Amino acid sequence: MTDLLSNDTPKLNRRRLLKLGITSGVATTAYGLFPHQASDAVADTALVTPYLQPFLDPLPIPLIKAPAILAPPPDKFPVVGEAGRDPHQRFEEFRPQVFYEINVRAARHRFHMQLPEEQIWGYDGLLPGPTFVGRVNTSALVRFRNQLPLDHVGFGSPEIATHLHSGHVGPASDGFASDYFSPRKAGPTLRYPGAFYDYHYPNFPHAGDMREITNTLWYHDHRDEFTAANVYKGLAGFYLLFDPLDTGNEATGLRLPSGVGRYDIPMLLQDKKFDAGGNLFFDQFDTEGFLGNHFLINGKVQPYFRVEGRKYRFRFLNGSMARYFEMYLTDERDLNQDFAFIASDGNLLGRPLTLKKILLGMGERADIIVDFSRYAPGTVLYLVNRIAQDDPRKPREDRLYPGIRMLRIEVGERTPDNSVIPALLRPQGPRANLVGARRRTWKFERNNGQWSINGKFFDPERVDAAVKQGVSEIWELEAGGGWAHPIHIHLEDFWVLSINGKPAPPEWAGRKDTISLLPGWRAEVLVRFRDFTGKYMMHCHQHAHEDHAMMIRFDVVP
Amino acid sequence: MANKRIILKTALAGAALFPALISATRPASAGPRAGYFPNALLQTHDGRQVRFYDDVVKGDKIVVFNMMYTVCANICPPNTANLLRVQTLLGDRVGRDIFFYSLTLRPEMDSPDALRAYAKLYGVKPGWTFLTGAQGDMDAIRRKLGFFDRDPQVDSNLSQHTGMIRIGNEAYDRWSMMPALLTPRQLANSIVRL
Repeated sequence: MTDLLSNDTPKLNRRRLLKLGITSGVATTAYGLFPHQASDAVADTALVTPYLQPFLDPLPIPLIKAPAILAPPPDKFPVVGEAGRDPHQRFEEFRPQVFYEINVRAARHRFHMQLPEEQIWGYDGLLPGPTFVGRVNTSALVRFRNQLPLDHVGFGSPEIATHLHSGHVGPASDGFASDYFSPRKAGPTLRYPGAFYDYHYPNFPHAGDMREITNTLWYHDHRDEFTAANVYKGLAGFYLLFDPLDTGNEATGLRLPSGVGRYDIPMLLQDKKFDAGGNLFFDQFDTEGFLGNHFLINGKVQPYFRVEGRKYRFRFLNGSMARYFEMYLTDERDLNQDFAFIASDGNLLGRPLTLKKILLGMGERADIIVDFSRYAPGTVLYLVNRIAQDDPRKPREDRLYPGIRMLRIEVGERTPDNSVIPALLRPQGPRANLVGARRRTWKFERNNGQWSINGKFFDPERVDAAVKQGVSEIWELEAGGGWAHPIHIHLEDFWVLSINGKPAPPEWAGRKDTISLLPGWRAEVLVRFRDFTGKYMMHCHQHAHEDHAMMIRFDVVP
Repeated sequence: MANKRIILKTALAGAALFPALISATRPASAGPRAGYFPNALLQTHDGRQVRFYDDVVKGDKIVVFNMMYTVCANICPPNTANLLRVQTLLGDRVGRDIFFYSLTLRPEMDSPDALRAYAKLYGVKPGWTFLTGAQGDMDAIRRKLGFFDRDPQVDSNLSQHTGMIRIGNEAYDRWSMMPALLTPRQLANSIVRL
């Protein structure tokens, strides 16, 4: 089972590839031949994939979010116009030093130059949302203003709860699923609606320990029951933090490839489904979710990217609903190339790993460094997904050859490069003492068409675990047969103690916030919640599962 | 809302009097899911005939669906009892702008009379309608509502039938789904916030 994580040579499978029908550039169907018809949830295999010529659009680089002055000024308690949230914890201690405002609104977006424009929902109207670039220990506050159309018709619900994934924040800023708001509606755990909601992001590492810094985070919508639709509609973006080691400067600290948007490239990996007429499709009636028939990076189907002959840092994020990715770097002959894997779920490892592939369940991130100076100018490389998956339940065990080329990389002339792939990255640990640690078991199952954890369904007003602040616990996570479940724990990252009774593979040896379980897998993780008290959640990050109540509420108690 | 109720009542009366005529024509003001849901002719527990799309789904109102059958001894009794508590919490909105529908999984057994007896047994109040019809129609509707399993064996196993409720407003084409055994307060919270 763990062969998903091994570097064994996978078997060839051309049949699967042909079924997907998009990778080699051979059209399965001419674009636009079929008129747009009402979508059918059950017969989803009947949806014909429109052919799109790959590598026509340049890779979009998300804008960097600029600070703003907020009026009215934010405060510990909700201000005039703000939704009725709880007061921010430790607000005086971590008084915000930098402020941002995001307008969450509908906008027009083209997923590929051969596709029609679509209405999306975006942070500042953008897909991906703008990238936040912050500093560790510089406290920030982000005002999310909800300008989504309240009378919207179609998939998506115009209330929002923004979750900073891997964010180490107070409960009022966590984007708890039922803390959603619009000017008209307030989720059951908010007191009243509002035009906006202020999120306090103190940006300090757990317990102030500089070994526990997370550098690649992302923010996305978490509206209870509608997360799948709202994220699919575009509500996802990156949130990056720099610190004295990962400085964002090639002359200082670890000297990693730096320059967000230039040599340090966030890549939001997603799949989406387009119908025969090229219209974006979403199935509101399938409790298991669905897979896309096209593969996108940063909101474009199979774009291209021109790189200089130097080192780059790529930050992968699986932002899809039900699709696993296993990413490879290949050349034109489909031969796998080495890359340096430096961070799992945004956490730098102790030392880089040389890999040829990295598995990413939904919500997971991987930071890699590729040295393009190893290739002659004019070389063409690809970022390739080789995992075979034709069903939202789980990926297959076989691999695609050739795989799905998601990005074409065109290598240019060598340029000066002061960055390095250091031998050592971030000091790790310390792990807490396990002796006498309390154990809790969480079983992720499906019964009577329902997604449950320990036989229960998410209730935002029921506490499923009261965890003592600062005390380590071992959580056993068990995925029932039949479905893959990427499990995400809010508030603090965890250590993977074991997977199916074995030690975690090196890729998962550092801190993580999401662990991608395949059917029948069992993991032990070490959790500890030190800095805030109150309500948080753990859930399956398969959006269709979480929308159908596969979540728990845990409260950190003093 | 009062207008809407009159319109709905008129539509129901029309459906009962002229079913053939209704089935032959589509209303001019078809909503976003007109082509998606079957417009099958169904029988209600109180002896009326309704068209599934035209009379049950269509319009700016909140509809709540579950699947059941009268002799189910598994998850139906607790689900029905729980939904009844939800109905009580929602008060007179049920029947005004919120409508509950229970669709039988065993239409061959569940005649309108059997459904009426079931509704009476549980003390179901107005605004909650039990529906039966041809097996093929009921099955097609069930699948369109998302009450299905990809595994055909599980899908055809009555003891594994869905415990979910489907909540929707067709005018906004907005649909969610929740386990029927969540607390009545939580279900009511989600229904009124859709």
